Amino acid sequence: MAAPSAAGPSAPAGVARPPPPRPGGARAWLRASLFGSPSSAAATLLLLAGLAWLLPRALDWLLFRAVFRADYEACRALEYTGACWGFVAEKHRLVLFGRYPWGEHWRPLLATLILVATLALSGHPRAWRRGLLAVWAVALAAFVLLMRGGVLGLSRVESGSWGGLPLTIILTVVAMAASLPLGIGLALGRRSRLPLLRAVSTLYIELVRGVPLITVLFVASFLFPLLLPAGLRLDALGRVALGMTLFQAAYMAEVVRAGLQALPRGQGEAAAALGLSTWQAQRRVILPQALLLVIPNFVNSLLSTFLDTSLVTVVSIYDLTGALRLALGDPLWRNFFLEGYLFVAAIYFTCCLAMSRYSRWLEGRLSSGRRR
Amino acid sequence: MAEPIIQLTGVNKWFGSFHVLRDVDLSVAAGERIVVCGPSGSGKSTLIRCINGLEEHQEGRIVVDGVELTDELGSVDRVRREVGMVFQQWNLFPHLTALENLTLAPTQVLKLPRAEAEERAREQLRRVHIERHADKYPGQLSGGEQQRVAIARALCMQPRIMLFDEPTSALDPEMVKEVLDAMLELAQGGMTMLVVTHEMGFARSVADRVVFMDQGRIVEQKAPREFFGNPEHERTRDFLAKVLPR
Ligand SMILES: Nc1ncnc2c1ncn2[C@@H]1O[C@H](COP(=O)(O)OP(=O)(O)OP(=O)(O)O)[C@@H](O)[C@H]1O
Ligand SMILES: [Mg+2]
Repeated sequence: MAAPSAAGPSAPAGVARPPPPRPGGARAWLRASLFGSPSSAAATLLLLAGLAWLLPRALDWLLFRAVFRADYEACRALEYTGACWGFVAEKHRLVLFGRYPWGEHWRPLLATLILVATLALSGHPRAWRRGLLAVWAVALAAFVLLMRGGVLGLSRVESGSWGGLPLTIILTVVAMAASLPLGIGLALGRRSRLPLLRAVSTLYIELVRGVPLITVLFVASFLFPLLLPAGLRLDALGRVALGMTLFQAAYMAEVVRAGLQALPRGQGEAAAALGLSTWQAQRRVILPQALLLVIPNFVNSLLSTFLDTSLVTVVSIYDLTGALRLALGDPLWRNFFLEGYLFVAAIYFTCCLAMSRYSRWLEGRLSSGRRR
Repeated sequence: MAEPIIQLTGVNKWFGSFHVLRDVDLSVAAGERIVVCGPSGSGKSTLIRCINGLEEHQEGRIVVDGVELTDELGSVDRVRREVGMVFQQWNLFPHLTALENLTLAPTQVLKLPRAEAEERAREQLRRVHIERHADKYPGQLSGGEQQRVAIARALCMQPRIMLFDEPTSALDPEMVKEVLDAMLELAQGGMTMLVVTHEMGFARSVADRVVFMDQGRIVEQKAPREFFGNPEHERTRDFLAKVLPR
């Protein structure tokens, strides 16, 4: 056997070595991705030109000429050549908390922080265990206690006076959490072997998905009081939460069904062959896998529900957008609606960005987790 | 002969208008090892899936360990208590570890306490020589290991009968032997086995009887010596010519 000629830079053939370096680095990447062909070069130039025109003007309006003080006269003097962030400075508490009594704003603030913290805690797969339900029960109880008061020396504030961000978040959380079990039931019903159950589930899902949320909200606010028995009287907020839940359940059912369908048939057959009942098989074998598969879709629905809550203003519930309209009701400041909407949009955007980043992180983690 | 543990009489089944099982009569004694073979699509899987009620038959009678499979609630459950099944694609539950795969049915169906179920599971894993992988997830195991876990999982329910549907045909060649060895050990322990397989070596050395199916019918059933040495029917000879190495 021949000894290797020299321990030089060229390794003997057949021995594993690292791949050759990719040519060029950042510069080559820029060239290839932005100026790869005449048409892509043209598009790049056009976009750059557009940005060059837009950016200075936008920055000018947003920042350089803007007024940041809650100074109405200074804002008026701008004559709309710059943003009047004074509106936000003046009205942000109204936008964030609606008609909640001014002196008690620490309560909705704390309640919101509790919900957000619980949400963040629930995001990590390590937290997905039975105890999480208890944590949520405590968080929700704390939320209601803080918001409504009437005990522990807190003044009583009826839900009709709740508003702004805490309302947006609690509606989202309740609609999502309550629609999940309903959606699972509907999805299983739709795949059931019992014809009546299947028909009812399918009918419900298709019916609700064929109706806009706004209609459901009107029905919930004006028809539920007539339909529900007197003992089950819900306040306006409760009715809207119920309406959103029933609406969301139909979509949740389809999300869950996609997961159920993605599982190989052999899983159910293996469970049946072992003697598990249909219910045991669903609970222990099918659902855990199906739900894990659809977590990214679930986060997507969370995102759209969060945005959909803005529709509740049509039935006089003052969520974040509704509270903004309250703020714009002030004749002095009403001309600065653009700044107001930008402020609210920034809040929605920040939340949605966080959720979609989270969804991507989770997808990566779950898909690598499955190959553990 | 003693009362057969599996008795099929005049079984017929259709998928839509397709007649997949035709007048099947089969009788299996306790402790017997039966290999079922035949060309693809001849109804082998359907036949053994009817025996534990994964498929429903439309005509005829299937009696397993004294229980007839009927529409009546509970008859399927009672039959499944006595019958274990191993699939071609092993069908382990990927979200559970090997050990959890084994303890699921004993804790859920038999309501065994966890400790007892785990003890039973470890014993079965030992039996198929895979004990050290108890805490791994199916995705971390090779095909042969997964199939042995699947066998152990079925055995945890202490069935009197084991059904195998092509347990080795999805495996790489070097893993076939470890699974066949596990099945051989099981056969030597006196288990009643119904095995759909193309492993003619296994049929020759383990089976008491080989059942040959074609187009939904049982064409012939014989002891392996006779089956391989002296096949009666044209179809059987054709089939053997294809699957046996010359
Ligand atoms: N669920 C079903 N619906 C309709 N037809 C089916 C179904 N399952 C099986 N068949 C058909 O019934 C016939 C017998 O199928 P079966 O799986 O029992 O054959 P097999 O002998 O096991 O074949 P293979 O060796 O390919 O596994 C095939 O023609 C198949 O296409
Ligand atoms: Mg088959």
